[in-house]
Amino acid sequence: MTQTLIACHECDLIHRVQPLPENSKARCRRCGALLYAHFPKTIEWSLALAITGLVLLVIANIYPFLSLESQGTVLETTLITGTIILSEQSMAGVAILVLLTSMLIPCILLGALVYVLWPMKLGHRLPANRRAFRLALNLRPWSMTEIFLLGILVSVVKLAKLATIIPGTALFSFLGLVLVLASINTFLAPQTIWEKMDEWR
Amino acid sequence: MAMIHGPAAHTAARSGLFNCHGCSLLVRRPSAAGQMPVRCPRCGTRLHRRKPNSIARTWALLIAAMILYIPANLFPVTITTYLGSTQPDTIMSGVIFFMQTDSWGIALIIFVASIVVPIAKLIVLIGLLVSVQRRSHWRPEERTRLYRITELVGRWSMLDVFVVTVLVALVRLGYLTTIEAGSGVVYFAAVVVITMIAAMTFDPRLIWDALEKNDESPAH
Repeated sequence: MTQTLIACHECDLIHRVQPLPENSKARCRRCGALLYAHFPKTIEWSLALAITGLVLLVIANIYPFLSLESQGTVLETTLITGTIILSEQSMAGVAILVLLTSMLIPCILLGALVYVLWPMKLGHRLPANRRAFRLALNLRPWSMTEIFLLGILVSVVKLAKLATIIPGTALFSFLGLVLVLASINTFLAPQTIWEKMDEWR
Repeated sequence: MAMIHGPAAHTAARSGLFNCHGCSLLVRRPSAAGQMPVRCPRCGTRLHRRKPNSIARTWALLIAAMILYIPANLFPVTITTYLGSTQPDTIMSGVIFFMQTDSWGIALIIFVASIVVPIAKLIVLIGLLVSVQRRSHWRPEERTRLYRITELVGRWSMLDVFVVTVLVALVRLGYLTTIEAGSGVVYFAAVVVITMIAAMTFDPRLIWDALEKNDESPAH
């Protein structure tokens, strides 16, 4: 079953679904909102990116993130240090928010994509795969690794006169994660994946 | 470009269809208007003709955000201790610090992310709500685009929360200088999250509904 009609999410206008040239997107003719995209390799690309992202996330959590050198002593931090310190300063709410947006939500998002797409590539499907895919789509705005990265840049500039900041392995891994998540936002064509799921009905 | 102000645009609502918010499947609306929630047969999302109580919910969230925005700017977000002397910093004094140290680029980034974006977002969403409630016909395309930008840009206000997190992690006890998080950051984080939810709650399709004559009352 292929969907023949689609309505714009922002102005409700109905469009006939038309075959698109490769790597292009269809926009609403009334308000310009994105309707659907056609990336022939969306499943393979998104799956590869999601697995890469999970590996990078693990590396980003194992190795030192940033080190601060001041008066001959070095203070090492990891990705989770900020969350721990915030919760020690009775800022549990903010600590949880930071933990969610910079680590847990990206992790769940990538995990859900792998859960849906890997079996799909192999021609299987796992229970609750539709729910998992919906979850991954809904979590996208709450994954804020790129904003966290900009926050690091700002902090480093702020501390530049006070001490020397040494970037660790985890920082580069985290940078990779930001690029992976941005690529997933570009290459993931949800409509194609929903239609693929329909084929099993 | 087709006629956009036509009185009878071919919309999902007019054709008796639900547009699933989760997977864009068009589902025929059951003829008997029962109170049972209808779920999408493909992805399981609850189906609505329009987002439920969109206007009232968005207003409530915006008012909450406006109230919280005041302590977010009055209370310090960081408290720096250097050799026994403490210096509290609010969001604005953080911006001024970067200006004084000639980091104009960084000052601009923080100013835009923490002050311009939240205020612009509140103004835009209130403007959109008022325009929808007055059933305005004014430039629906531009208003929809404004909404799309607002929804996209709002998350970047989290920047200051992350800056505080990294500063607190890097500058700790045992050194001459320590930085502690101040209560302002709690209110500010709440403002960012609440305005993000407010943008998601607003239904841009209401902008277009006003253009249609004899529009049936939005039941859901």
